[in-house]
Amino acid sequence: MGTLNESAALYRNCSPESNVPAMIADSLYLDHAATTPLLPEAQAEMARGFALWANPSSPHRAGRAAKAALEDARARIARALDWPGEVIFTSGASEALAIACSCCRLPLVAASAVEHEAVLRHAEAATRLGVDTIGRIDPADSRLTGLIAVQQVNSETGVIQPLEAITAAAHGAGGLLLADCAQSAGKIALADADLIAISAHKFGGPIGIGALLVRDFTMIVPSGGQERGYRGGTENLPGALGMAAALEVGSGWVDRATTLRQGLDAEILASGGAIIAAEAARLPTIAAYRMPGVTAAVQLIRLDALGIAVSAGSACSSGSLRPSHVLAAMGLGATDASQVIRVSIGRETTSAQIDRFLAAWREIAAARQVAA
Amino acid sequence: MIYLDYQATTPLAPEALAAMMPWLAGPDATGFANPHSAHPIGRSAWAAVELAREQVAALLPAGGRVIFTSGATEAINLAILGRHPRRIAYSAIEHSAVKAAAAASGAQVDVIPVNADGLVDAGTKVKPGTDLVAVMQVNNEIGTIQPIAALAEAAHAAGALLLCDAVQGAGKIGAAKGADLIAVTAHKLYGPKGIGALWIRDGVELEPLIHGGGQEDGLRSGTLSPALCAGFGAAAAVSLERQEADAAHVAVLWHKAREALALWHLNGSASARWHGNLNVRRDGLDVARLMSDLRDIAFSAGSSCASESGKPSQVLTALGLDRAQIKSSIRIGFGRYSTEAEIAAASVALNDAATAQGT
Repeated sequence: MGTLNESAALYRNCSPESNVPAMIADSLYLDHAATTPLLPEAQAEMARGFALWANPSSPHRAGRAAKAALEDARARIARALDWPGEVIFTSGASEALAIACSCCRLPLVAASAVEHEAVLRHAEAATRLGVDTIGRIDPADSRLTGLIAVQQVNSETGVIQPLEAITAAAHGAGGLLLADCAQSAGKIALADADLIAISAHKFGGPIGIGALLVRDFTMIVPSGGQERGYRGGTENLPGALGMAAALEVGSGWVDRATTLRQGLDAEILASGGAIIAAEAARLPTIAAYRMPGVTAAVQLIRLDALGIAVSAGSACSSGSLRPSHVLAAMGLGATDASQVIRVSIGRETTSAQIDRFLAAWREIAAARQVAA
Repeated sequence: MIYLDYQATTPLAPEALAAMMPWLAGPDATGFANPHSAHPIGRSAWAAVELAREQVAALLPAGGRVIFTSGATEAINLAILGRHPRRIAYSAIEHSAVKAAAAASGAQVDVIPVNADGLVDAGTKVKPGTDLVAVMQVNNEIGTIQPIAALAEAAHAAGALLLCDAVQGAGKIGAAKGADLIAVTAHKLYGPKGIGALWIRDGVELEPLIHGGGQEDGLRSGTLSPALCAGFGAAAAVSLERQEADAAHVAVLWHKAREALALWHLNGSASARWHGNLNVRRDGLDVARLMSDLRDIAFSAGSSCASESGKPSQVLTALGLDRAQIKSSIRIGFGRYSTEAEIAAASVALNDAATAQGT
């Protein structure tokens, strides 16, 4: 089996720059909420995973080695997140949410109005928990017997929900809380919830792997297959190892993002912009800004021409430019909502990059004023 | 270690790994983007996904589309649960993913038997009222190739669709012609784990299982991994290019192994088969002991998914083998990177260990 060593050598020698068009090489990326670059630590662990390519369910030595690495990744993830419960690997947060919504022993009775579509599509018959003008639900509304889905952090605005109070209210009524932590895991302390969905590629791990965390297995009904009967399919070991390594790198950088975002907020305000949910507790890496009189579509095209990548709403729906259900739930009118873009900061973002973005933002805003 | 478990998983082809690397790059490169983002690096990632989709589609029939999933299990679940069947017929030797998804669907189930060679009768009639028929292209335990085209005709005559689990056949033999839904996975054709696809014939409607951002035409939400897609695509392209060479290579190995293991009985047809699989038994053999004696040879008893359950193989049971015969059977799988020397060495070791057991 010379292939293994050849593969490892190839992995080390392969240029990451190949196949990538030169024209986008100096782009400024401020769309880390859509996805963020793979950490070198995660890449190194994936390389180890590619070498352990046997099927983790195989009983022979190679299979058992893969299985041991998988279980090691599982334990490391729980430890890094300070999670006392179970970890079920999935292909990402959407699948984790689908399993939670369809396999929980309690029916999904309510979901916040600002949940990701991955939850809302399972919650068509469930109660919508409304939010105030700064995007927060009232914990009293979650006094319900059943499964209640409330995200920890909104992907479009960065608003953090008061999950401790929400979970307490749900538990008081005999309910369970499902928290979509796709945006928050690995950045802030994990939510206090019973079921939690996470996705590796939002915190520097690879795309294609995530997990459903369950406080204990009695909360969900098994569906058969791998992952102790809770998720079928051959496990993606390189992905699991990459995810564990990314979490272990830690979230120390988020403090720097806080400083960067504070400066960005102040400058946007001073330049005539508006901050969405400015008064709410928000994840330091995500901000939503409105540029009065300029649609998000125009802002994106202009920023794109200047080599700056941001988004309007979430990446999944950015092709459609549909009005945001999140902003609508917060009471923003259609016109105002159509002028909002999302800026999201990553581990490598510098103050020089923030300045470059601000200069571009001001230029676009000024052009609008001249035109008017 | 001699790896002889190619039906459980295959090594990642160097070509596939090379195709993945640009998309696993760090912040200094631009291969990390979300392929569903509208900005240039997102669109560049999307182009890689679409190229991969074409490469995978080249393994599958014309007149359909490829929806990426996390693997074949998800593809099979999507195909079955997404159709809401009321009555489903599947062969007695289907993978547990088909059986479990059928059970979860609540559909009435008819089991189509196989003969002692592990083959479904091409003249099988499908009962009226059946919505979905599921028959695999190549069996994962015994390697037999099923008459998919004829069974698709029988399904269509009864107004049913045919779902083909082509996990073990895709890229190795020609596309499963006549099928309406085909499930494939990358890691059985030298691609990465964590990605597969469902091929859907044009006009066949499905309901999604995973909701969210509405990716994959709304049929399968979740951010696609450009790395996994590119690895799958490259592996598919190499498999297509090497299809004849790979098949000829394993045929040579199969005949060598069969000759060397002449005292063993073959499970499954000798002719209607993928030659990268050899399932054999020796009466009285204790397979657990054999495996512990031969720690440097990776082979299996039955499918790896079921290996932890300790249950006798349902595939071998369907062939009519008794419990003792099943418990004395082993599965040897080989492929592109296996060598004649490995097969020869493993055969000697297997024979010696079996003889030492007095069989």
